[in-house]
Amino acid sequence: MANIIEMPKLSDTMTVGTLVKWLKQEGDAVKSGDMLAEVETDKATMELESFFDGTLLKIFADSGAQVAIGSPLCAIGKPGEKIDVPAPAAKPPEKAEAPAAKPAEGGQKTEDRGQKTGDGEQKKSQPAPPMPPSTTAVPAAVPKAGQVSEPTHPKPAPAAASSDRVKISPLARKLAVEKGIDPARVTGSGPGGRIVRADILAAEKSGGARVGSAVPGAKKPAGPSAFAKGPIQEERTVPVSNMRGAIARRLVESKTQLPHFYVEVEIDAGPLLALREQLNANLEAEGVKLSVNDFVLKASATALRQVPTVNASWETAASGQGQIRHFAAAHVAFAVAMEDGLITPVIRDAHEKSLFEISSEAKALGKLARDRKLKPDQFTGGTFCVSNLGMMGIPRFTAIINPPNAAILAVGTTVQKPVVKDGAIGIGQTMVLTLSCDHRVVDGAVGARYLGALKQLLEAPALLLV
Amino acid sequence: MPVISYREAVRHALAEELQRDENVVVMGEEVGQFNGAYKVTEGLLAKFGARRVVDTPISEAGFIGLGIGASMLGIRPVMELMFWSFYSVAFDQILNNAANVRYMSGGQIHCPIVVRGPANGGTNVGATHSLTPENVLANHPGVKVVVPATAYDAKGLLKSAIRDNDPVFFLENTMLYGEKGEVPAEEYLVPLGQADVKRKGTDLTIVTYGRSVLHSLAAAAILEEQHEISAEVVDLRTIRPLDIDAVLTSVARTHRVLIVEEQKPFASVGSQLAYMIQKEAFDELDAPIHRLATIDAPAIYSPPVEVEQIPNPQRVLKAALEALQ
Repeated sequence: MANIIEMPKLSDTMTVGTLVKWLKQEGDAVKSGDMLAEVETDKATMELESFFDGTLLKIFADSGAQVAIGSPLCAIGKPGEKIDVPAPAAKPPEKAEAPAAKPAEGGQKTEDRGQKTGDGEQKKSQPAPPMPPSTTAVPAAVPKAGQVSEPTHPKPAPAAASSDRVKISPLARKLAVEKGIDPARVTGSGPGGRIVRADILAAEKSGGARVGSAVPGAKKPAGPSAFAKGPIQEERTVPVSNMRGAIARRLVESKTQLPHFYVEVEIDAGPLLALREQLNANLEAEGVKLSVNDFVLKASATALRQVPTVNASWETAASGQGQIRHFAAAHVAFAVAMEDGLITPVIRDAHEKSLFEISSEAKALGKLARDRKLKPDQFTGGTFCVSNLGMMGIPRFTAIINPPNAAILAVGTTVQKPVVKDGAIGIGQTMVLTLSCDHRVVDGAVGARYLGALKQLLEAPALLLV
Repeated sequence: MPVISYREAVRHALAEELQRDENVVVMGEEVGQFNGAYKVTEGLLAKFGARRVVDTPISEAGFIGLGIGASMLGIRPVMELMFWSFYSVAFDQILNNAANVRYMSGGQIHCPIVVRGPANGGTNVGATHSLTPENVLANHPGVKVVVPATAYDAKGLLKSAIRDNDPVFFLENTMLYGEKGEVPAEEYLVPLGQADVKRKGTDLTIVTYGRSVLHSLAAAAILEEQHEISAEVVDLRTIRPLDIDAVLTSVARTHRVLIVEEQKPFASVGSQLAYMIQKEAFDELDAPIHRLATIDAPAIYSPPVEVEQIPNPQRVLKAALEALQ
């Protein structure tokens, strides 16, 4: 009898996987070790490996289907062999809303922002706080004026439907941004439906595809902020990706079940910025480019050593009694924004790593995250989390704890402002750090001690180099 | 203003420079007694004598080498190739020696030579006599490459070329020798490296040079009359140094580009132009850059087919309409 391949459990929070696409077809010869299909879990797209030799006799789940763990995906055996068909389990995906692809929001199709089109997967562990980019992980968007935008990995998610791409000439694309026209709603009159200048000008005249006020001479791609007064966006409902579903589920769970409280400290960021500039200026040739977030990650890990109570988890023992697990190592996660969600890659044993190791690892993980290439062990198992909105200019915010962590650190931007020092008013650079704590594990005084340790480290940042 | 032929314009430039500078000499096969294979040098021997207008053996490598050596010692030779198609016989002299000597001597030795002659198809002289090597020549740092389209430009550019201290390769066109145009009686120069907008327009930039300029102007007239399309014709005049600024300025006005060249398309002047335009004016482009070149085959001997192989007004028109889609 043929072997039935079932949807495996590819992450510990996975309940359903999406069959992105088959790499083998019915009738294909299959060897043990061959990749059969791509399966999207909550957070990653992974390949499904065959453990059998034979012929792919039957496929039970079409591309795009969501398949519960343990439900049959395909049968492998000898040609003509009997297939003992188990109960059907694959349910068709909701309508045309196939797995990958489909940018989330209207207006995001423009590709102007170099964001990925694909969407993704989702669930497994660690979504975290609000909308966090990490420093290294600048969310694709928004090159600053005058700055050459770095190539942002516009790698499409697997199976991204190419029909979602808006074909538009470079000139028309620029005009659309300047005039606040959403190219996704313009019909192209050029070859193959390409949108050309005339189409944008016509759309401007009719006013139909306008998404916001024009941005005269704007160099920057239209981000949501440019559309703040934005009128008219078609009302519609959009099925959520696995990732968004997981974020929703876990954060509702966290915010409703964990007793959050918040402590906040303002630090003098002057020495930190000066040291960073000095290091970057002198190590540029070595390819070193430290971000503020790298220092924060390093300091967070060091501070966890000094105040280890924060590096812990509330658990429920088998008896039903509560218990607290104190971790021996600081595995520091950091939030990376993706197009329709976020993920928190983990720097393992961050307490033992140098600033430079942390920096390069954060960079590499950030890239993997944005390319959706993280392996489960790269985004699970964190014991503490850092979310940084500083690079987006947010002065301070509070984050939702990412269970099972006991705390999360929200990092604001550095702000130049008057400060009182030695009885005189001067201009200083400050940064606000906000710690969200699970009161079952961390009390106010502990949270305060942790922030105190962080403040000391970041205000005397040379300590982070030794 | 006097109206003279392209051939006369080249001859006048030679005569004026022979007159102006005693170091200028004209050398080549049959440039003297026979008055030139295409009669460009007609009368020069009689006027300037055999020391200044020199008939050479049929040996391009030999006489071009002679000219290059002389130029290093202060002579300003203007060498005629009966056809540019034979440049390859003198390839080492032209592109290895002349092109490199100033650089390799640390600027101590200049090579103020001009090599001129026709380089074109369309005359039913067969594949080996119809080469257009401006792309090959221009690939070599150290040289200048000029391809004039009109009598006015031919005269002004040749005079600048003769006065230039680097090797200048001057590519004429037998099909243009009889074309007439206004040329001032008084002396003038056209600087090397400066393109010229031969026709103003707003909807399409046609970047071209050499005889294709005439085809492009003819096509532009039809575009205006029959299609109400305003095409701008930019004549490069000099291939290297290339006046990319003039091209980009035009592209910024029209947002669409057609390159027309009497060149085989593979790794041609148009290839380089297309690269530079997309690199520098990406956001100005409303359509892919289009290109019309000679059809990629050896020059076809059959006259009616050869006419279709190289650019002509109808082919330019068709390509322009495609670029405007």
